[in-house]
Amino acid sequence: MEEKTNALLKASPEQILYAKILEKGMYFGLLILFITYILYVFGVLHPYIPLNKLSGYWSMNVHEYLEHTGIKPGWAWLGMLKYGDFLNFIGVVILSGVTIICYAVIVPTLLRNKDIIYAVIAVLEVIILSAAASGILAVGH
Amino acid sequence: MRITGKLWIMMFIGLVSLTIWISPALAKVPAETASAGHAWWFWPIILFFVTFIMGILAVLGGVGGGVLYVPIISGFFPFHLDFVRGTGLLVALSGALAAGPGLLKMNLASLRLAIPVALIASTCAIIGAMIGLALPTNIVQIALGATILGICVLMLTAKKSTIPDVPKADRLSSILNICGVYQEASTGEIIDWKIHRTPLGLGLFVIIGIMAGMFGLGAGWANVPVLNLLMGAPLKISVATSKFLLSITDTSAAWIYTNKGCILPLLTVPSIVGIMLGSFVGVRLLKVAKPTLIRWMVIGILAFAGIKALSKGLGF
Repeated sequence: MEEKTNALLKASPEQILYAKILEKGMYFGLLILFITYILYVFGVLHPYIPLNKLSGYWSMNVHEYLEHTGIKPGWAWLGMLKYGDFLNFIGVVILSGVTIICYAVIVPTLLRNKDIIYAVIAVLEVIILSAAASGILAVGH
Repeated sequence: MRITGKLWIMMFIGLVSLTIWISPALAKVPAETASAGHAWWFWPIILFFVTFIMGILAVLGGVGGGVLYVPIISGFFPFHLDFVRGTGLLVALSGALAAGPGLLKMNLASLRLAIPVALIASTCAIIGAMIGLALPTNIVQIALGATILGICVLMLTAKKSTIPDVPKADRLSSILNICGVYQEASTGEIIDWKIHRTPLGLGLFVIIGIMAGMFGLGAGWANVPVLNLLMGAPLKISVATSKFLLSITDTSAAWIYTNKGCILPLLTVPSIVGIMLGSFVGVRLLKVAKPTLIRWMVIGILAFAGIKALSKGLGF
């Protein structure tokens, strides 16, 4: 009886797996974000928008900001990684993307445990988050 | 008055003074002029300090960082609401990512409870983000102000139930096998928990998700009452699962804002670092803090920021 209670008190294998990946992704993302920010603000890599010009844009709405700066929305930043400001997006994307990986990784464990409903929900979540990440759901002012 | 009491009041005055000092609206000058009046490095430094204090107050006041960040920064800083909401989501997301792994490993956050709730909340957060970005800024600002004032009322009136009475699990939660066991550290008691009213609870996460995405707020203020008071999950499980849940809900909306271009790294990174460091300090200060006093301060700050958002949206 006591053994059964102790087993129930522990997190399930898929929960532990999820937690481990989330933890690694979080630390990695924050580290990258910190390093790229240092490279950006100390001018190691030149920004696309000069730091002293940025204040002219941040009170605009995002539509005007993109129009005035000539920046394309979505994943266009991938082609602008030579600039210090856009390099910071790597960390942002890691922090935003780690949850998709966590979900994808627990699906096989859920299927092995014949937890079909949760496996289906997890797959649906991966699809929804991937759709949001892809940029196909973009709208605007 | 004890030293800790004075410290909280000094922090409160510091936060209010800083925000008023840098507020272009209160200084009666346009945002562009206010921004141009300072060197570029002034803003990340001041953001870091304000978010650091915010991080401390958020932990001690029992709210998420995002709910303080969006109304205060959009109300008193010269940044457009689009960038503040994008950053607000990343601030809330980072806090949830930092806390999530530990809560899951301790089995306080329940993955079984979070997964179905997250599917609804994250889908609706995407819809909320799309609505929020499509609406005129003043409408969003008015709705934000009203929501923040609503949160103040909720904080003043909502009760909490440490271990709610759930006579029988409902059919849906039984099918999904949403239940668990945890040990209350303070008493050593083993608590066998289950939930009820699952369909209604999941329905409310439609609204919570939309609001989280629309305003860029973390939604812990709404998650906890629904999980605890309505669905009957124990308070500790509700708080922990809510915190973890934000890592999924805010991720979906954060992608919409990121893809739209609402991320300015110069503002985002010091905000994330400031609020995370503040949270670490806040956790350590919890032992000596006076929760009631801090909670009143947080409600006061939120009410002030809510009124500011309303007046900004109404053009006063």
